[in-house]
Amino acid sequence: MATTTTPTTKGFVGKRVRRTEDPRLITGTATYVDDVTRPGMLYAAVLRSPYASARISSISIEKAASLPGVSAVYTGEDVKAVGPVPCAGSMPTLRVPHHKILAQDRVYYVGHPVAAVVAIDRYVAQDAVDQIEVEYEPTECVADPEKALESDAVRVHPEYDDNVAFTFHAEGGDTDAAFAAADVVVSERVTVPRLAPSPMETRGVVAEYDEGTEELLVYSSTQIPHLLKTQLAVQLSLPENHVRVIAPEVGGGFGSKCNVWAEEALTCFAAMDLKQPIKWIENRRESINVVAHGRGHVDHLEMAASKDGTITALRFKILQDIGGHHQLLTPIIPTLAVIMIPGLYKIKNFTADLTGVFTNLPPTDLYRGAGRPEATYVLERVVDKLADKLEMDPAELRLKNFPAADEFPFETATGLSYDSGDYAKAFNIALENVGYDSFLKKQEKARSKGRLLGLGISTYGEVCAFGPSPALPAGGWESATVRVEATGKVTVMSGASPHGQGGETAYSQLAADALGVPMEDVVVIHGDTGKVHWGVGTFGSRGTAIGGTAVHLALEDIVAKGKKYAAHILNASLDSIQFNQGIFSSNEVEEKLTFQELALEAAVAQKLPPDTEPGLSATRFFEPPNFAFPFGAHICTVEVDGDTGQVEILRYIAVDDIGNVINPMLVDGQLHGGVAQGLGPAFLEEVVFSEDGQLLTGTFMDYAIPKAKDMPWIESERTVTPSPVNPLGAKGVGEAGTIGSLPAFVNAVVDALSHMGVEHIDIPMTPQKVWNLINERSQS
Amino acid sequence: MQRAIKVTVNGKEYEREVEPRMLLVHFLREELGLTGTHIGCETTVCGACTVMLEGHTVKSCTVLAVQANGKNLETIESVASDGDLHPIQEGFWNEHGLQCGFCTPGMIMSVKQLLGDNPNPSRDEIRHAIEGNLCRCTGYQHIVKSVESAAKAMVQE
Amino acid sequence: MIAASFDYSAPETLADALRVLSDDPEAKILAGGQSLIPIMKLRLSIPSQVVDLGGIIDLHAIAEEEGIIRIGSMTTHEQVEHSELLSEKCPLLVAAASGIGDVQVRNRGTIGGSVAHADPAADYPAALQALDAKVKVVSSAGEKIIPIDEFIVDALTTALEPDEIITEIHVPTESTGIGTAYETIVQPASGYAIVGVAARIGLSEGNISFARVGITGVGSKAYRALAVEKALEGQPAKDDTYGIASRVAAEGVEALEDLHASSEYRAHLATVFTCRAIAAAAGRAQ
Repeated sequence: MATTTTPTTKGFVGKRVRRTEDPRLITGTATYVDDVTRPGMLYAAVLRSPYASARISSISIEKAASLPGVSAVYTGEDVKAVGPVPCAGSMPTLRVPHHKILAQDRVYYVGHPVAAVVAIDRYVAQDAVDQIEVEYEPTECVADPEKALESDAVRVHPEYDDNVAFTFHAEGGDTDAAFAAADVVVSERVTVPRLAPSPMETRGVVAEYDEGTEELLVYSSTQIPHLLKTQLAVQLSLPENHVRVIAPEVGGGFGSKCNVWAEEALTCFAAMDLKQPIKWIENRRESINVVAHGRGHVDHLEMAASKDGTITALRFKILQDIGGHHQLLTPIIPTLAVIMIPGLYKIKNFTADLTGVFTNLPPTDLYRGAGRPEATYVLERVVDKLADKLEMDPAELRLKNFPAADEFPFETATGLSYDSGDYAKAFNIALENVGYDSFLKKQEKARSKGRLLGLGISTYGEVCAFGPSPALPAGGWESATVRVEATGKVTVMSGASPHGQGGETAYSQLAADALGVPMEDVVVIHGDTGKVHWGVGTFGSRGTAIGGTAVHLALEDIVAKGKKYAAHILNASLDSIQFNQGIFSSNEVEEKLTFQELALEAAVAQKLPPDTEPGLSATRFFEPPNFAFPFGAHICTVEVDGDTGQVEILRYIAVDDIGNVINPMLVDGQLHGGVAQGLGPAFLEEVVFSEDGQLLTGTFMDYAIPKAKDMPWIESERTVTPSPVNPLGAKGVGEAGTIGSLPAFVNAVVDALSHMGVEHIDIPMTPQKVWNLINERSQS
Repeated sequence: MQRAIKVTVNGKEYEREVEPRMLLVHFLREELGLTGTHIGCETTVCGACTVMLEGHTVKSCTVLAVQANGKNLETIESVASDGDLHPIQEGFWNEHGLQCGFCTPGMIMSVKQLLGDNPNPSRDEIRHAIEGNLCRCTGYQHIVKSVESAAKAMVQE
Repeated sequence: MIAASFDYSAPETLADALRVLSDDPEAKILAGGQSLIPIMKLRLSIPSQVVDLGGIIDLHAIAEEEGIIRIGSMTTHEQVEHSELLSEKCPLLVAAASGIGDVQVRNRGTIGGSVAHADPAADYPAALQALDAKVKVVSSAGEKIIPIDEFIVDALTTALEPDEIITEIHVPTESTGIGTAYETIVQPASGYAIVGVAARIGLSEGNISFARVGITGVGSKAYRALAVEKALEGQPAKDDTYGIASRVAAEGVEALEDLHASSEYRAHLATVFTCRAIAAAAGRAQ
């Protein structure tokens, strides 16, 4: 068993170090956005559309405005001057419909913000929302992406001649020729329903405008404070250097807070208008309703192969449900499915056609995994189908199609360059850990007794550590500043914005090792644009590989600068200066200098070399040359209760390779959480709407996220293939578990029922769905 | 329509006037400034708002502040004493039983109840006992380990 | 999710509570609040006044008298779950209580509140049906003892008049030789039963001499599966008997259909869990 250590000497990186964030979190003293109070603060609440599609014929605010304690009621007309909610998509065919922060003359989905109230407390604000009288003229709506594409479908946006939001095509090799030459072709259509990201903390904003300095101070539960600062300045026509955004303690994001939301600008607008601080806290119903849903795909994948099991080509079609309008990255997310569709396999030919379609539903956007779980899911389902068709062992089929360890960097047909890997190694460990051959025997025996056992394999790869700036709409770099205080304490300022991952701990480990100081001497500051000058944020598994590397580079600069000072102070040559465990020394002189002594010298600046400036601080940006590509193998075994359709996970094996690891305990945590967010959708989670676009799963009473008893024990192991694309050799771990787990579970349940002729089960695999399949098969 | 109530929270007595509809969680957070107790789902599912009422865990989003009149309450702020962490808090810290930390105060209160009733719970019993506390970050495995570690430490004490 | 304004009273005696109810017909009784407060927060219920029974000490007792166990309506699920008297003399109710919601909900929710709310997926009513339980209600006009089957009229509808308060639930002391079991499959988000089956089985010389089966979640109210009971009585205690008898578990019942289970699936689950509950109860019967 691993033990927790907090050593006080060098050697933190790679160790299981408990988190520096935790003391405030376990004692209830951390400050989340709803814990922020400002003098004279008022509360905002939002009125939302009850219709999926309607014209607004009138809004009467008199009753609401006259309630005691109400300061203001805003409608679309009042906020007309505020700029639209941004969308970063740039494909040539992209249609970007009107997206004002409050509905103007029409609403496009249930939950569309229509008006806002500001009042003395949240109780009165809610009372006033109920008193706003809106007359709607409901119009026909379309709440199904496939129906929205039909030629006679009602148009979500009448200004366009159909509901296509954009199309995107990609290809590599000669797919038609490969299909024509194929011995076998298999295909599957899968639906991946909308998911509610559901961080335990909902969204929230506190905005305060200082009339004297003309500064807008915004607290928002966000993953991207710096990008938000820029966008708010644009939307509100403020000079950007008058806007400061603070992401306080953030209670989970999973991509849903990597966005720029109407309610953020709305709260700021009201704070500027009323000259009073304003708090808006989303309730859970709003969170499930309007926080952009993940997924929302209908995917079709066709696979060509030769008799020996060599996969030769893919034809991939994605239908992405956009919803009523775009959020920040909505159209970009499914393109990640396109580029990852070959997975870990050497597939030379592919075509992909992606269609984004408007529906009268809330928007979709990124959610943990973002495009990559969808690609891996459909690919791994079809690989199992191919194994069936070829009567080949699905493990053997996978092993046959991996690139070998010496083939890296491996260029894919989709134009990516996989950085490093040994796919077979990780997979073989997983097979061994599950006891593959003996399970197959056990399964055979169980079947003869009527028991339904199944084993599911998923070998997955992911593109992450976003990423080179040309590949991202707003920069793929990250920045860090390391400032050494006069007393030798170390302040690390990172442009990443960790919100549960443990970035403060990981960056402290890096700093403590590099500078030879105790971890408790390091303070990590993040999530405040007033303190950290540049940043992109935390999303896409980039916190360590990109954010951590920026910290690493700044630390290197500190050491280099320190050596220069030390050489001068010690009267030794620069080349002779060694820096070890916090001590500067030289073989040329007896005298030594501790890091703390040097820090003081740098500040008092009396003995510094003439060609240097005082102070010991460094700012670095890291621009990665490529993405990083984690990979792994997840294997799940299940038993299905044939009478009820309930599925029990017997064992869950994960072997992941995320490159070098700074803190294995944090990595385990990320993987476990990632697996939970892959398994949840496999059997529990689905945002359901009625045909008229009404949300049917609006609370946690109906939208099921995994509870403790729903989760298996995850038997986790890692292989380590360092990434060559950053000096830390890290790949990224935030999303790996979510990408790897879903197909393993689905493949296991399909395997358990395969002898009945079951070839596919759409997620979520509810007991009812599973039982229906068993029931149909046993009746026919 | 304000009502006067008197409650003891973490050993300290408070008297306040509240609207009958004020939820206990809002009372604790906004009237008393005890913001360690969080609001997650508002429908009695997630347990982020779990506090002890007369020694029993309750979801404070589903209790009216007026119902607590004359009663004794304990919140996360009372769990550590004089700067010393409780073994349950140590357990969560040592075993990485939290990530974003939002569910953690409620989770710790539920674990406090569990280990008070059952000092040596099995993994299944732990999972059963925290059924009323949702965590979206950890997949629960490290929480289970945290509880095991805390149980061990408390038995040894 | 904030309730509309209401007035609040916390009477200390039953008589005071009844007086408030007769003065204000729009008043609502607040027991544990685990159902009422959420629906008030969604503004699906907007009472003028909430009458909190928490201060009426008389409503908290569990006592046995002449073969009847009287459970005060404000007894929490947790108190039922951990009652030594009930564990020994009415284990079926303990089994049903321990499956309700989660620890925090059981610490707060009450048996009277659950029965008054009459959620078609609540756990208690299955057990109460199988136990032929009775509900004691009191008004200023006097008291009534109402059999559970007559008390719960339909989904979210009971025979309770606006000026009445449930004071006790009566269940019989379990006879020796009777085995009981509660088997359930739950809706994964809410934890409510999709189907819950409570069974009480008595055996005599290898044959079933007594059978009571209560089913919740399937119909708009929990019911006694009389056809199942009839098919069991006098038959040999073996799996075949249970399987055959269970086939009629949902007979004559219009099975509910919702997001989480179709009516066909619900009816099927009723047969599966009826069979399991009977088998488990029979196994404990000797």
